[in-house]
Order: sequence, then C-alpha cells, then structure tokens
Amino acid sequence: MEVLRLPLSASHKGKLISAGYTSIASLSSLSPSHLAIELKISETDALEILKSVSDGIGLPSTSSSVTIVNGAQSAWDMLQEEETLVHITTSCADLDNILGGGISCKEVTEIGGVPGIGKTQLGIQLAVNVQIPYHYGGVGGKAIYVDTEGSFMVERALQIAEACGDDMAEYSRLYHKGPQACEVKMMQAKDFLENIFYFRVCSYTEQIALTNYLDKFITEHKDVKVVIIDSITFHFRQDFDDMALRTRVLGGIALNLMKLARKYGVAVVVLNQVTNKYSDGSFHLALALGDSWSHASTNRIILHWNGDERHAYIDKSPSLRSASAPYSVTSKGIRNLTSNKKRIKHM
Amino acid sequence: MANKLINEMGLRKSLRHIFAARNIITAKDALSLTEFELMELLDVGLAEVKFAVALISEIASPHYQTVQSLLEQRMQNEYLTGHLPTHLKGLDAALCGGLPFGTLTELVGPSGIGKTQFCLKISLLAALPSCYGGLDGHVIYIDVESKFSSRRLIEIGINSFPEIFCLEGMAKEMAGRITVLRPGSLTEFTESLQKIKVSVLQHQVKLLIIDSMAALVSGEYEQGPQRHHPLGWHISFIKSLAEFSRIPVVMTNQVRSRGANQIFRYIFQESRDLTVEDDNEKCDSRLVAALGIHWAHAVNIRLVLESRSGQRFIKVAKSPVSPPLAFPFQVTSMGIVLLNDDGVEMAGSQINAIDHQGHVDIVHHGDER
Repeated sequence: MEVLRLPLSASHKGKLISAGYTSIASLSSLSPSHLAIELKISETDALEILKSVSDGIGLPSTSSSVTIVNGAQSAWDMLQEEETLVHITTSCADLDNILGGGISCKEVTEIGGVPGIGKTQLGIQLAVNVQIPYHYGGVGGKAIYVDTEGSFMVERALQIAEACGDDMAEYSRLYHKGPQACEVKMMQAKDFLENIFYFRVCSYTEQIALTNYLDKFITEHKDVKVVIIDSITFHFRQDFDDMALRTRVLGGIALNLMKLARKYGVAVVVLNQVTNKYSDGSFHLALALGDSWSHASTNRIILHWNGDERHAYIDKSPSLRSASAPYSVTSKGIRNLTSNKKRIKHM
Repeated sequence: MANKLINEMGLRKSLRHIFAARNIITAKDALSLTEFELMELLDVGLAEVKFAVALISEIASPHYQTVQSLLEQRMQNEYLTGHLPTHLKGLDAALCGGLPFGTLTELVGPSGIGKTQFCLKISLLAALPSCYGGLDGHVIYIDVESKFSSRRLIEIGINSFPEIFCLEGMAKEMAGRITVLRPGSLTEFTESLQKIKVSVLQHQVKLLIIDSMAALVSGEYEQGPQRHHPLGWHISFIKSLAEFSRIPVVMTNQVRSRGANQIFRYIFQESRDLTVEDDNEKCDSRLVAALGIHWAHAVNIRLVLESRSGQRFIKVAKSPVSPPLAFPFQVTSMGIVLLNDDGVEMAGSQINAIDHQGHVDIVHHGDER
C-alpha cells in the first residue's frame, strides 16, 4: 500500500513523499518525534499520520475474534444474522410471499414504476406498517419519509393509518376473544401519524445534506426502522448538467444509504421513476438514473401493468428468485388482488 | 437551504477561512464534492473534513415534521383544508374536497374536449367570494395557445352563479381578478414565470393556470433519445412555486399519437406470452399524453378527458387519494357539468388510455350550446 492512498491531507502527503516515504512499510517503524522533525510539522500532526498508517495496515487488534481480517464476518455468522432479520409487511400477502415476508430491514430496496402505478402508495403503506407492534407480528418501529416530489398526501396517510388500525382491532378481536382484548392498547390513526417523520426536500443539495444527516438523526431516534425516499430521482433528473458529477454524487448517496441500512438495521426504501431507454431500435421502459445507479440497491422491484392488473416484479435480488405477484391499490392501501374483486365499488 | 453560507455555520475560524479561500461559499458548493475531493482541495485531514461535512449537512438539511402535526396544521390554517373545490360533486368527493393546494394538477385530452372550459370554470371559482365557496383571490392564467375567452368566462359565470353575476359590477370585479398572460415562446414563458414568483406572494393569487404546457415545446420536442427534458427547469420551478405559496396549479397537456417504435414495456416483459403483445397492438390507435413520461412523473394529479362512443368522460388517472374513477360529463353553458356523481371505477391500465372515438359527433354537439 502506498502513502498516496492514506486518508491524509494533500500537504502532509506531499511532505511525506518529498521526504522519501512512499510506502507504508517505510513509515511503520518511525517514532512520531522523528517524523515531526524530518517533515517539519508539529508532533501532534506526526502522531495523526502514524495513527492513520497503523489503521491503514489494519494491525491485528487485541480482540479475540476468530476472523482473519479485522471487521469481517464469516458467512456462517451472516446466515445466523439473516435468520433473525425482520421484514416489514406490505399488507399484500402475495407480494410478501415473493419478498420472503416483506421488505427486509438492513437492506436497500429500490422500487420503480410508471406514474400512477402506486409507488407513493406503497411508500406510505410501509411508513404505516412499520409501526405495527411486536405482538401483532410487526416491527414496532418508526418511519422517516423523505419527500422530494411533494407527492405525499396527508389525507391518504390518514386513510391508510385508519385502515391499519381497524385491521389490528379486527385481529385482536379474533385472537383474543373475551375481555382481555381491551387490555391491549389500541393504536389510533393519530399515533401512526405521530411516528412518521416527514422531511420535505427541495433541492439536490438538501437531499445530499439530509442523507448525511440521517445518520445522526437515527442515532437520536433509535426506533426508526424504515427510511423511505420518494423519490431519489426527481431533483437529479432536472437540475444536473454535469453527468459525471451526478454519477459521483449519486454514488455517494447510495453508499450512505447502504451504511445506514447496515449500521442501524433499518430498511431503506428508495422509490425511482422510469424513463424511456432506446435500445435495439425501439423504446423500452427502464428505471431512471442510468446503469451505474442500478448497482446501488440490493433489491430492485419494478411495479408494472400486466393487462389490467398491477404487478410487482423482482428485477434484482441476491437472495430472492425473480418472481412476479399481483397487488392492488384500494381505499385502505395496498392489498391482495383477490380482495379487490370482492370489494364493492365505494362511493 | 442549499444556499446557506458556510461562513455562518459555526465552524472553527481557521476552517472557515480555508473554505472561503477555496471559493466554497455555500452548502451546495461543499456538498457537491466528495469527502476525498474536499481533502485535496482544502488541504486538511479526514477527521476535520468529516466533521465539517456532518455539520454542514445538519444545518443544510430540512427540518422534520411529524405527519400528525402536518395534518393539524393544514386543518387549522387553511381554508377548506387546503382544497379548491371544482363544484363537480363527484370529482370533489374523489379528490377529498377538490384540487389540493401546493400540488400540480394536469388535464390531458384531445383538442376540443373541454380542457380550456375546465380551466375557465375553476379560475372563476378561485376568484369567487368565499361565501359562495370560492377562494376570494386573484388568478394568473398563462394562455399559451390564445384560447382564453373573456366572453365565455362571463357566460359561464352568469349561468353557474346567476346570484352573483347579476349584481351590479360583480362581473367586472370577478373578471378583473383574472390576469391573463400570453407568452409567445418558451423564453418569454420562462421570464413570466420568474415575474409571477414575486407577484404570487404580493397579491392574493390563489390559483395558477397554464394552458397549455405542451404548446410551448411542440415541434422541438418528440422522439429520439434525449438527455434533458426541455422543461426540466420549469418542472422544478413550478413545483416549488406551488409548494411555497400553497396554491393549486392547473396545467393542460396535449395528446400525441403513439410512435410505432415506442413500446411501453420493460425488457423483462418481452419474453412473456404473446397475448399481451396482441393486446398492445390493438390499442396502437390510442393517443398518449405529450411531454413524455418524465413529465408524467412530475404531476401529482392527472385528469384525463376523453370521449368514448359519443360520450365524454373525465377520468382520475393519477391521484394519491382517489381510486381510478371515470365520470361522464358534458360541456354546457355553465361550463363542464358531470352527468352523474357516482363515477365508474375503471379496471387496470385503462384509466390511462386516452380515447377519442366518436369525437366528431361531440364537436358538432358542442357547437349547439
């Protein structure tokens, strides 16, 4: 490893190299005071440099972990962890089925589709569903909703929250017959809405800033279990002339989101728009933001019309098989398709 | 908040000077760079850059609100809980009270279907005194296609609200509240948008209408792979305008016939059974909304106006609150009138289709009014 790759400021690097220290190995046996004199820098600065050198090589620490490389995890441990992984239900049983129980925490899931297919609906639904308490089979967390498009509708959130509350009441009536049913504190629509933190983002700078800030915000609000970004695309689609910069900034955001998901065990749901992609002499629909972005998410779900039905298709996932399931958008939120057919036309 | 000055963020003085010296003045400048680039540029260590970026991010990021407080705020502060009623009962019910403030509502349909009629009617409604269910405000009407007709406006007013318009001087006052702009080109349009931004806040402007968006770019735009949408800037601008002044914005959009090589499917759908393909072939005669899919993502509510077998329908094609409903309507001397308020729920993607069968009949029918 070379000195150039160390996380040091440019002037320090320059001084190191001009003094002949080009590889890390040459630095490893130096004392801070020696280095300070040689580079004509203060001793604290020298100490900093040496610290980053030892971090860089990853000197074996004293901990008794069995892994070969520090900070790594064996595949077996990961499997154990995956089995305890929680999922957030989408309220559509078919969709939950193909997703292996719902949107998984600790992962970044991207959901895309044509306008009006129900992306925002699914987003609001997840923001409500994440709050279903443990004893109802939920996650019992809170939600962050990042709205870049201004498409979040309070009225709709209220409808979905009310329906969710009703469903839970129904559930407890069925399973806890008798007086003890009343003991369980029922969640009101108001409680649901109280636990959704809504951020309205008006420019791409704010979007970058917020992604950076979320780390701190989640530390302060530990029970946040889902972050919904509706949509990642909007500002990046209109305000950017410099495409290279866009790719770089988006890459940064993607990394940050993955870090959030892993570090705090939250589910990150990123909604994306679609665009026309020109290939083989015809236009196809494809999710926006280009090819480099398509690597950013762990799972990718595309919502599309299949004849007259709305379908969700798993386009990419490391663990789930590619499958497609119908769903419907009802006045109560996202539901199974069959229940839709039984539903009488309201109004 | 993107343009907040780094100087005023409470960074260490020396660090502040370094930022200023490298001409990184606003949060936008700083956050467009990666941490590594900042280190190179500012010549400071990783820890310091990380600290600075975290601080800048925290200050530049918007504040949160719980949805509950948002709801309460809307209930308290806004007249009619933030909706402009269209006085079309069924439609109002489906949209939870009318066209919501702060969002973009789009009307799509073939020419002569009644888009402008709808616009005229709602501009009257926004101007109407609040005791008659209006917003009692000014209206800015951007008339790109030169279709605005004051005479028709007064006619609709007299027939729908005779009790107001027969009062002495009321017609003058109502019509006086509607300001019509006629930009001739996209550049002029851009200029007038910027002027509007100021006047929306100064005067009691309660509604902005743009009739039509598509006319501005027709000719220049269509087909071919394009990196940038010609209206990219306008989309952002109009959205933020709507949001910050909390007014509804209504826009109309034209239709185009679908190009032969435009397949509106994903690649993974290709290999599916051929029945779907046949289905798509059949509807090739259908029309699609102009301005493309990018634009369609940007609007919050899309109302499709179409005609099927001699009957006109208004369909709620995209809305976060309404189920996909279609209402039959006709254009009368009172403007647009719904024939029934129940609406028919449409199956699947039909809601997005724009039909124009039997359209000739309707134009004829319309002339009789």
